[in-house]
Amino acid sequence: MKRLPKFLLSAAMVATMATSFSAVKAATPPDTLVQAWQIDDIITLDPAEIFEFTASEIAGNTYERLINYDPKDVSKIYGEVAESWTVSPDGKTITFKIREGKKFASGNPLTAEDVAFSLQRAVILDKSPAFILGQFGLTKDNVKDKIKQTGPYEVTMELDKAYAPSFVLYALTSTVASVVDKKLVMQNEKDGDLGYNWLKTHYAGSGPFSIRDWKANEVVVLERNPNYDKKTPLARVIYRHIKETATQRLLLEKGDVDIARNLNPEELAAVSKDPNIEVDSGAKGTLYYLGLNQKNPNLAKPEVRKALKYLVDYAAIADTIMKNKAEVHQAFLPEGFLGAVNENPYKLDVAKAKELLAQAGLKDGFTVTMDTRSTADITAMAQAIQQTFAQAGIKLEIIPGDGKQTLTKYRARQHDIYIGQWGADYQDPNTNADTFAANDNNADNASAKPLAWRNAWDPGPLTAKTRAAVMEKDPEKRAQMYKELQQAVLDDGPYVIFLQQIENMAMRKNVDGVVIGPSFDTNSVAQAKKN
Amino acid sequence: MASETMTRSGGHDALRSFLKRTAQFLLVLATTLLGLIAVTFFIGRVVPIDPVIAIVGDRAPAHVYERAREELGLDLPLIQQFGIYVKKAVTGDFGNSVLTTNPVMTDIANVFPATLELATLGTIIGTLLGIPLGVLAAVKRGSLIDQLVRLLGLVGYSVPIFWLGLMSLLLFYAKLGWVGGPGRIDVTYSYLYTPVTGIVLLDTAMQGQWDAFWDAVSHIALPACLLGYFSLAYISRMTRSFMLNELAQEYVIAARVKGLSEMRVIWRHALRNAAVPLVTVIALSYANLLEGSVLTETVFAWPGLGQYITNSLQNADMNAVLGGTLVIGAVFVLLNLVSDLLYRLLDPRTR
Repeated sequence: MKRLPKFLLSAAMVATMATSFSAVKAATPPDTLVQAWQIDDIITLDPAEIFEFTASEIAGNTYERLINYDPKDVSKIYGEVAESWTVSPDGKTITFKIREGKKFASGNPLTAEDVAFSLQRAVILDKSPAFILGQFGLTKDNVKDKIKQTGPYEVTMELDKAYAPSFVLYALTSTVASVVDKKLVMQNEKDGDLGYNWLKTHYAGSGPFSIRDWKANEVVVLERNPNYDKKTPLARVIYRHIKETATQRLLLEKGDVDIARNLNPEELAAVSKDPNIEVDSGAKGTLYYLGLNQKNPNLAKPEVRKALKYLVDYAAIADTIMKNKAEVHQAFLPEGFLGAVNENPYKLDVAKAKELLAQAGLKDGFTVTMDTRSTADITAMAQAIQQTFAQAGIKLEIIPGDGKQTLTKYRARQHDIYIGQWGADYQDPNTNADTFAANDNNADNASAKPLAWRNAWDPGPLTAKTRAAVMEKDPEKRAQMYKELQQAVLDDGPYVIFLQQIENMAMRKNVDGVVIGPSFDTNSVAQAKKN
Repeated sequence: MASETMTRSGGHDALRSFLKRTAQFLLVLATTLLGLIAVTFFIGRVVPIDPVIAIVGDRAPAHVYERAREELGLDLPLIQQFGIYVKKAVTGDFGNSVLTTNPVMTDIANVFPATLELATLGTIIGTLLGIPLGVLAAVKRGSLIDQLVRLLGLVGYSVPIFWLGLMSLLLFYAKLGWVGGPGRIDVTYSYLYTPVTGIVLLDTAMQGQWDAFWDAVSHIALPACLLGYFSLAYISRMTRSFMLNELAQEYVIAARVKGLSEMRVIWRHALRNAAVPLVTVIALSYANLLEGSVLTETVFAWPGLGQYITNSLQNADMNAVLGGTLVIGAVFVLLNLVSDLLYRLLDPRTR
């Protein structure tokens, strides 16, 4: 019997020894930036297919586009691969002059041939973001005639209508218009797929960094592209998939990552007290809103729609649940877009809401459901809204569900109220006007299904106005048109838009030069360094 | 299974019974897996999640959406979809994951070693500590040690694993710095070796990358101890109750009367008999860990099977879910077989 405790003791000692070696280094290598981020939504690395936040950011740092804009002032458009451009007098042809002397990471020279190929390829592959180019009348069948190489360093693009040049140029700043290395991609073509199956997991670009490795749900590794014009201070950037935010926080505090990307408000507040950590933030083009299904007879009443806009405690939600993660914003164009309306006319006003409900013949309120994605943020906001709705007698039943589940229901127009997010697809105001304020066909079997359609709303004359706004050449007049559209939707639209997202990066103090742009593909680490 | 087969000496009978048992095993394996596929498949298809969104995103235009839907074969009747799936699965084609676009089995071959590594270490720790603790508690029934072991078991049973995981990370990683942080290996070391088996400890050791090996050990130590603790809680509790049962048997009294040492009575006689049901307990606990401990994997950023299946499920990536379920099913059947064989070794009556 005496030997038993001894055995236990030695077992315990072995266990302790195995765990207690302090081989753990405190910091990441000085030429490597390590970020902790939830990157499980990456499904592809092909710029012709990328449409997710995470992959957009990676493409933004590894590919170049024809045109780009200054992340600090979106109105400043400049040529990235293009040196200059001219618009024909009839407004239907744009000619781009390509910068000479550029090289891809592979060493192949970047010429007009690559530019024309990349744009044609995106249209022909016709993946999710292809419509950003397709909306100018480009189709699989005509794109080879419409986008043409007209010289070794010249490409022309022919549009079906004389669109506002700003609209076309902003569309060309999006990830789908990235320039890919034609020679390299075509070397890996199989069965006429234009290299699609290869580029999904490989890299063929000319950006500041090249993609060295991607392991799904685990890691993305970027490495300095030696052929890029402006050498990056960092040799390597690593994105580690860390699902749990508390774990991200621990890694950051310990110095095992340099930037934590998904901290929640409490964690942000806690780490900002750490002398080695600072929090940087920037407004993003993503809105939080309620979609009110007009198939519900109560929600279809204009007074009810308006009343609900008075029944959200905007300031309280922004200051507590979403502190540091969002700011109050009520118009459908996020701050930073051409023509965005940044005044927020609505605030919590129960008396006014009750008055409006009485006018609608619902002075005792009504019962309504809301499909709510079961994430901490969305659920907390839904509960806050439930409370304020109740003050006017509206009984809100929250139906929790997984993200894809609530979305499936929303897309089938089977919800009453949907609480969710909407992110701009590209940096032009049409991206949101087209979905919030236009609906060409409100029938159940319509082919286009913008948000207006999902909420079964016919915006009447607003649809035509949205279509007209993309043709307006004078930027000031164009901005004015969008202001009017936003005003009309603020007044009567079936959406309670309440917040605009702010993106945060909690980073070690020695990290410098990380840019948080207005869209995810403008989050840049090209000039980031560690001191 | 097949435990009632009596073997007399004679090569012919032995061979026949071996063949019979093998056939029975294969039959069980096939029906289990087919049943699993059927249940998972139909549940997966009635879940109100549209798998097409996972592929093309929420904002894809209608024609892109329709095309993806057709490519998935979702426009066919359910029974036909099932038929196609089974037909392909029989030839070893489990389809591609819509999220990663890799063949499902390639994905699983990537994530399963991570889970295997963690679960195996956890089970070893749990068994090596759990059995002696359970025995000790049974022998000293009612003593302080017994109370402590039972308390340990109770805590292991009732404390949520993600909380314990986070707290242990906070203490041993963030504050004390004894162990490596979340993840399988430090990024600095992750490119020093080539993955062969997918089990980091093996790969680094085989390639002589000892710095990387020790770093991997420092990363796995905490989650393995945590899982070890949870299986310890279960194993020690079961050991205790099996041992109490055995210690009350007459043969134990007989052994004591014969003047055998207490050590011998406990370890050679009583434990030997308790070992038979214990094998099942250990196999079950191992199978549970192999299934992937989603929460542990999440907290420790461990890219294993649990995370993979959960993520696939949330995106209605049914090929991946079905593939994962099949692997787990096969693991259960296999462990069942192994414990069956161990039974035969341990208990002469079942031979």
